[in-house]
Amino acid sequence: MSGHATYQPQSGFMKWLERRLPIASLVYSSFIAYPTPRNLNYWWTFGGILTFMLGVQMITGIVLAMHYTPNVDLAFNSVESIMRDVNYGWLLRYIHASGASFFFLAVYIHMARGMYYGSYKEPREVLWILGVILFLLMIATGFMGYVLPWGQMSFWAATVITNLFSAIPGVGDPIVTWLWGGFAVGNPTLNRFFSLHYLLPFVIAGVVGLHIWALHVAGQNNPTGVEPKTEKDTVAFTPYATVKDAFFVGVFCLVYAWVVFYLPNYLMATDNYIPANPGQTPTHIVPEWYYLPFYAILRAIPNKLAGVCALGLSILVLAFLPWLDTSRVRSANYRPLYRQFLFLFFAAVIGLGYLGSQEPSGGYVIAARILAVYYFAFFFIILPVLGLVETTKPLPNSISESVLAKNKGATAPASGA
Amino acid sequence: MTAISSAEPTRRDFLFIATATAGAVGAASVLGPLVGQMNPDASTIAAGAPVEVDLAPIRPGQIVQVFWRSKPIFIFNRTPNDIKAAQDVDWQTLRDPQPDSARVQAGREQWLVVIGICTHLGCIPLPHQGNFDGWFCPCHGSQYDSSGRIRQGPAPLNLPLPPYEFTSANKIRIGETSQA
Repeated sequence: MSGHATYQPQSGFMKWLERRLPIASLVYSSFIAYPTPRNLNYWWTFGGILTFMLGVQMITGIVLAMHYTPNVDLAFNSVESIMRDVNYGWLLRYIHASGASFFFLAVYIHMARGMYYGSYKEPREVLWILGVILFLLMIATGFMGYVLPWGQMSFWAATVITNLFSAIPGVGDPIVTWLWGGFAVGNPTLNRFFSLHYLLPFVIAGVVGLHIWALHVAGQNNPTGVEPKTEKDTVAFTPYATVKDAFFVGVFCLVYAWVVFYLPNYLMATDNYIPANPGQTPTHIVPEWYYLPFYAILRAIPNKLAGVCALGLSILVLAFLPWLDTSRVRSANYRPLYRQFLFLFFAAVIGLGYLGSQEPSGGYVIAARILAVYYFAFFFIILPVLGLVETTKPLPNSISESVLAKNKGATAPASGA
Repeated sequence: MTAISSAEPTRRDFLFIATATAGAVGAASVLGPLVGQMNPDASTIAAGAPVEVDLAPIRPGQIVQVFWRSKPIFIFNRTPNDIKAAQDVDWQTLRDPQPDSARVQAGREQWLVVIGICTHLGCIPLPHQGNFDGWFCPCHGSQYDSSGRIRQGPAPLNLPLPPYEFTSANKIRIGETSQA
C-alpha cells in the first residue's frame, strides 16, 4: 500500500527537527496520510474508543491513587472519603468504576468485530495475538482494581480468584501463599494488588503500541475481507477515519456519561459497600459482569482442576483462532454457514454470562454445561470443519467495486489526495 | 565489523563468555530475593502462633468459628446423631475417602475441628446447611457432612484438619501438637 502523500517539513524548525528526530513524519504517515479502507463501518471505531478508554482509566486512576490508601484498615474508608469528602471524588470514582465496564464492553465489541470479519486471518495473526494479550492484561488489571475498595466482594473475589491457582497439582498451595504473602488474603495482598493495578495499565499502553504497529504493517481489514488493491480502495486516515472515530467516541461517551451520572451503581454489587469481613462469605458471590461467561464455564464443571483448566482454555483458545479457522475467506458476509454458527456462539457467550450470575444449582448448571460444550465445539470442531466444507459466496473484485455496487447512482467521495 | 575467523578462541571470546556468565549469575541471585519478598513476612508468621480455645461453653450441636493464621476454624460439638451419621457412611465410596475416626481424636468423637475454608475456591461454608448435616458453601454449591467430608459439589477434598491437641478435657490448642 502506497501512502497518499509523504511529509514535507515546511518551517525551518520542523526541517531542523526532522533531521534529528523524524517524529512529525512518523505521525504524518501513521495517522494522517495512512491509507484506510474506504468501506470501514462503525464497528471499526472501537479501536479508537478503546484507546480513549485506556486514557480515561489512566487519568482517573492516577488521580484516585492520590486519595486512596492501600491498607486493610484504611482502604474502605479512604474510598468512602473519596466519595464524600474529596472534591469531585464521587465523579472521578464513578468515571473510573463505570469506565471499567465500558472498557470491557468496547473490547468485547472489538473482538466480536474481529471474529465476524475474520480480522485474525493471515497476515494479521500477530496483531490478533497481541489483542488476546491485551485482553488478558485487562482481565488482570480489572480484577486487581476491583479488590482495592476492600468491600466484601473485593475480599472474596480476591480469595476465589487466587484460589484458582491452588488447583495446580503439587505446587498449588505454596503458589497461593506466595500470591497472598500470608496465610490468607490480607494486607500484603492488598498492597501488591495496588502496586500491580497501577503498573499494568502502562504495560497495556506498551502492548497497545505494538498492536497499532502490527496493524499499520498488515493494514486494516475491512467488511469485505478483500485487501485494498488500488488507491481507489482507500482514503486517507485524516480526515476520514479520524472524524469517524471521534464522532463515535462522542456517541459512546453519551451512553457512558448516562451511566456515570444516572446509574453509577447499576453494575456494582451492593455487597461491596460492606467492609471486607474475612469471617463471612457473602451468600451469593458473583464477579463483575464482564467475567461472567468465563465464571459460568468454571462452575459448569464439577471437578476443580478441570474447571480451572476449562476457564483458562476458554480465553487462551482465542490466541489459536487464526489456525483453528481453516477457511480462507475472511468476512462472515460471504460465509453463510459460519455467520449462523458465529451468531449462535455470541448467543452462547451471552447465555453463559446470564447463567454465571445465577445460583449454581439444578437446571442452571445443566444449561451452563450445554453452552460451555458449544463454546468449545465452536472452536475445536465447527471452525476447522466448516472451512473445509462450506460453500462461500463470491467475493467482490475490490473494495471500490463492492462500495459502488451498494451506492449505485450515488457519487463516491473522492479518495484521499 | 570484520569477521574474525580463527579456530583459536580469542580474548574477545573469553571476555564474552566471562561477562555473560557473571551477568547470568548476578541476575539469578537477585531473582531469589525478588521472588522471596512476596512470601509471608516475619510479622505474618509470628502472628500465626497457636491459639487456645475453651470448649466448655460450646453446647451440643453448636458450631463455633475461631481464627488461627487468619483462617476460620470450625469447632463442632457433635450430637450422638451427628456422630452416628458420620460413622455409618460407607466412607470408601466418598470422593476423598476417609473414615470418621481419622478426622477426630479417639475417645473425643464429639469434637470435630476443621479449617473452615472450602477446598474448592476458598469461601467459608455455612454451618448447619446442605443435605448432610454439615456445611454448604454458598459460592459454588459444595456440601460437607458432619465429619467435614466433601459429599457433593465441585470441591475435591474434605475440609482439612488443623494441627491441634487437647491440653485438658475441655481445652484445645490449635496450631501446635506435642509431637511437633
